[in-house]
Amino acid sequence: MEEIYAKFVSQKISKTRWQPLPPGSLQTAETFATGSWDNEENYVSLWSIGDFGNLDSDGGFEGDHQLLCDIRHHGDIMDLQFFDQERIVTASSTGCVTVFLHHPNNQTLSVNQQWTTAHYHTGPGSPSYSSAPCTGIVCNNPEIVTVGEDGRINLFRADHKEAVRTIDNADSSTLHAVTFLRTPEILTVNSIGQLKIWDFRQQGNEPSQILSLTGDRVPLHCVDRHPNQQHVVATGGQDGMLSIWDVRQGTMPVSLLKAHEAEMWEVHFHPSNPDHLFTCLKMDPFVSFHQVKLFNELLTFLSHSISNQAHVHQSVISSWLSTDPAKDRIEITSLLPSRTLSVNSLDVLGPCLVCGTDAEAIYVTRHLFS
Amino acid sequence: MEELDGEPTVTLIPGVNSRKHQMCFDWGPGEMLVCETSFNKKEKSEMVPSCPFIYIIRKDVDVYSQVLRKLFNESHGIFVGLQRIEEELTGKSRKSQLVRVSKNYRSVIRACMEEMHQVAIAAKDPASGRQFSSQVSILSAMELIWNLCEILFIEVAPAGPLLLHLLDWVRLHVCEVDSLSADVLGSENPSKHESFWNLVTILVLQGRLDEARQMLSKEADTSPASVGMCRIMGELMRTMPILSPGNTQTLTELELKWQHWHEECERYLQDCTFASNPHLESLCKIMLGDEAALLEQKELLSNWYHFLVTRLLYSNPTVKPIDLQYYAQSSLDLFLGGESSPEPLDNILMAAFEFDIHQVIKECSIALSNWWFVAHLTDLLDHCKLLQSHNLYFGSNMREFLLLEYASGLFAHPSLWQLGVDYFDYCPELGRVSLELHIERIPLNTEQKALKVLRICEQRQMTEQVRSICKILAMKAVRNNRLGSALSWSIRAKDAAFATLVSDRFLRDYCERGCFSDLDLIDNLGPAMMLSDRLTFLGKYREFHRVYGEKRFADAASLLLSLMTSQIAPRSFWMTLLTDALPLLEQKQVIFSAEQTYELMQCLEDLTSGRPVHGGPDTQQCQDDDIETTKVEMLRLALARNLARAIIREGSLEGS
Repeated sequence: MEEIYAKFVSQKISKTRWQPLPPGSLQTAETFATGSWDNEENYVSLWSIGDFGNLDSDGGFEGDHQLLCDIRHHGDIMDLQFFDQERIVTASSTGCVTVFLHHPNNQTLSVNQQWTTAHYHTGPGSPSYSSAPCTGIVCNNPEIVTVGEDGRINLFRADHKEAVRTIDNADSSTLHAVTFLRTPEILTVNSIGQLKIWDFRQQGNEPSQILSLTGDRVPLHCVDRHPNQQHVVATGGQDGMLSIWDVRQGTMPVSLLKAHEAEMWEVHFHPSNPDHLFTCLKMDPFVSFHQVKLFNELLTFLSHSISNQAHVHQSVISSWLSTDPAKDRIEITSLLPSRTLSVNSLDVLGPCLVCGTDAEAIYVTRHLFS
Repeated sequence: MEELDGEPTVTLIPGVNSRKHQMCFDWGPGEMLVCETSFNKKEKSEMVPSCPFIYIIRKDVDVYSQVLRKLFNESHGIFVGLQRIEEELTGKSRKSQLVRVSKNYRSVIRACMEEMHQVAIAAKDPASGRQFSSQVSILSAMELIWNLCEILFIEVAPAGPLLLHLLDWVRLHVCEVDSLSADVLGSENPSKHESFWNLVTILVLQGRLDEARQMLSKEADTSPASVGMCRIMGELMRTMPILSPGNTQTLTELELKWQHWHEECERYLQDCTFASNPHLESLCKIMLGDEAALLEQKELLSNWYHFLVTRLLYSNPTVKPIDLQYYAQSSLDLFLGGESSPEPLDNILMAAFEFDIHQVIKECSIALSNWWFVAHLTDLLDHCKLLQSHNLYFGSNMREFLLLEYASGLFAHPSLWQLGVDYFDYCPELGRVSLELHIERIPLNTEQKALKVLRICEQRQMTEQVRSICKILAMKAVRNNRLGSALSWSIRAKDAAFATLVSDRFLRDYCERGCFSDLDLIDNLGPAMMLSDRLTFLGKYREFHRVYGEKRFADAASLLLSLMTSQIAPRSFWMTLLTDALPLLEQKQVIFSAEQTYELMQCLEDLTSGRPVHGGPDTQQCQDDDIETTKVEMLRLALARNLARAIIREGSLEGS
């Protein structure tokens, strides 16, 4: 983990995402996109960590990432996803959902498509709309699902001008994140600690299933689905709790891991090595300094299920769903040095990891498992 | 009040004519609003069209520089690290830690300077290019001052090593020599290059004698006439005694050796060994510390502190820190020679040589356009325990005052406010109140930002601010018709009054529409329900509907009754509750017991007897009253019937 490159970029980074690799490619990831927030002018930027063939003075490869191109974005970037290799979808605090197109030939970004009032509030008794931040996006070509502070779910298609399906008042509180479970089902998390599963085949405004944390209604900020086992879902909450759910059974999380006292902003299963789970959160400087050396800002949870090794053929049972903590060994590794400002976003692809912070730095490593 | 340290600068605002119009202004944190008023100064009849704009005037413009933002962000991490240096660390390890921190700060300044330089080169129009270049020179001056302070105050180098540090300091900041050297060595015949002797002289002036010797050997190779002289000069250079870090010799030993060497140089000069080569002769004079010879090289020395260090190197290499200021003052006087007056930078460096830390900080505060430098330097020096006794006549001590100024500047910036929080944290006296005042003024455009602000407040137990932020968000949600969200926020704020208000809205909506909205929230209130009576009622009332929906009539009935008898339900809602009881009373089996029925009757009578008798001619009112009367009569009938059935049933049960 020594080769982590940091670069200060003069803007607070809210989202970082690797550009997907072409199918069958053996390359490692080289390009990533970032979105900024809380600046007077916000930008969607594309960066490259390509070697450019030049060596630095120490003889090693220059690991610094270089800006390829950027484009002004109206409002904070609340979420950012690659739609395909050329297109990036962003969620704005103005309620706007935008598709940007990257032209690799002349390295520019342009607006490809825009839904300006995807999310909005309707004031009491007045027909006037005020925009509501769009908080989460998930893409599954050709579909884009967005959720927002207005509790609305939109289903867009890249080639349609209007929303294909809208669920108004899907949630009474703010929806924070969304993920595809298996098409056409999606899963949303909200600010009162509930997971809701929606089936687009069903009409009406009711979710097909509600799962929730017990009693304390802690807001959930992020959700990710296991890449191979579609019923396994990880969520991260405001209290830094990592919960693993099996959506097929029960309405309660299968296991809970108390990682920290502060918000867990993102959680990701490693796409090709799903025994690894990555989370990022803001750390409490006092706790981290005095008591918990192990729990750091950026954690990777590594699960080895010893019991499952005896029954390898039963590998359908994900190691994440084992409820007996004695059988499970979970290793937690901190990847970043201790900083005080929040890590807002991270993305993993192969051996590469990128994350962005409120301290206006982007960290990149290309040797995750070395 | 102390007297002013300098004339306040006048800032002209383009477009505002202060001669013709009066101006008005208002202070803000780090900025100021200015506009023209319609008052005329001297009642002039001519109406000059006034300027229709309100201007925002920012004091701390450096905060808005894209490049400097990196400086602020990166140094923030170093600052926080410094605050956590364990107090127990003492002596050597502590000092080396502090020196390391200081070097980190300097490397950040340098990185920033290099980037600014790149930006200046790439700038499209000359005006902005000039602006960036001036920023580069400011950064460079900052680093120069910091480095000197590091040597004198943090490293506290004793006589001997002190001069080595100062030499490094000069070499680092007078670095044109490297490009010159590359230029000369790259030419076909270095010794015939026009700048050859300049280069050799500079190398000697900077005490880089090994390199100077190599240069001289090149000269010896090409001109056989001067081989002998060059060899002698080279030998002199080689034998000059210097203190090397690993050497164990004492200062007295060194002084003795140096004295011998000095005499040897003197002898060669007296012998006129170098008389035939003016360049070598001048070099020899320099190496003897001859002031006149040094001053002849003014161009190459480029500034007085270089002159000072060179002069010390060849006349008093074991200078004590305490004597520095005399040499510095005389060097400054000699170098300027009465031709020009010292610049702010000269004054700052001079104050440092005089070990007057407060003067350094004061001069820097006046000369530099941002608080970053003084705030961080003062903080570091404070950690070196150099500033303890100094208290200001306002606010807290100097460290805290400067940190507060800097952090307030950060808070004035739309996105750097997060950095400011940590600076306030480390101001023990006024930091918390400042943070409280600033944090409430951060615009909250998204919930995510609000959550970040909330977390900052919650970590610091700033309950008042937490409440106010949650309230703002709850109000916003109500305005946007998001009752569920509003309720969540008021629960988080533990704001009972607001929870009551939102619950009332829910109940009103229910009365209007006949169904509940936001069931996902109300059904999952849990212990939060106890926050306010009205919220408890809302939750319980919804529970009644659920139980009734599940056809558990007995449970539903006792729940309904308890809502009224325990006085949780607001009076205004009792009629609705009693009406809800109607279908239960009309069920085939007896649900309300006789005793429960009495209680229901009691409630109904309480409600009707307390009602004032209306005598108004309002038809609408009459109509409403009619409906009401019918309802009451229906209820009375149902209650009476139920009571009868209940008495019979209970009587027969007891009998059997």
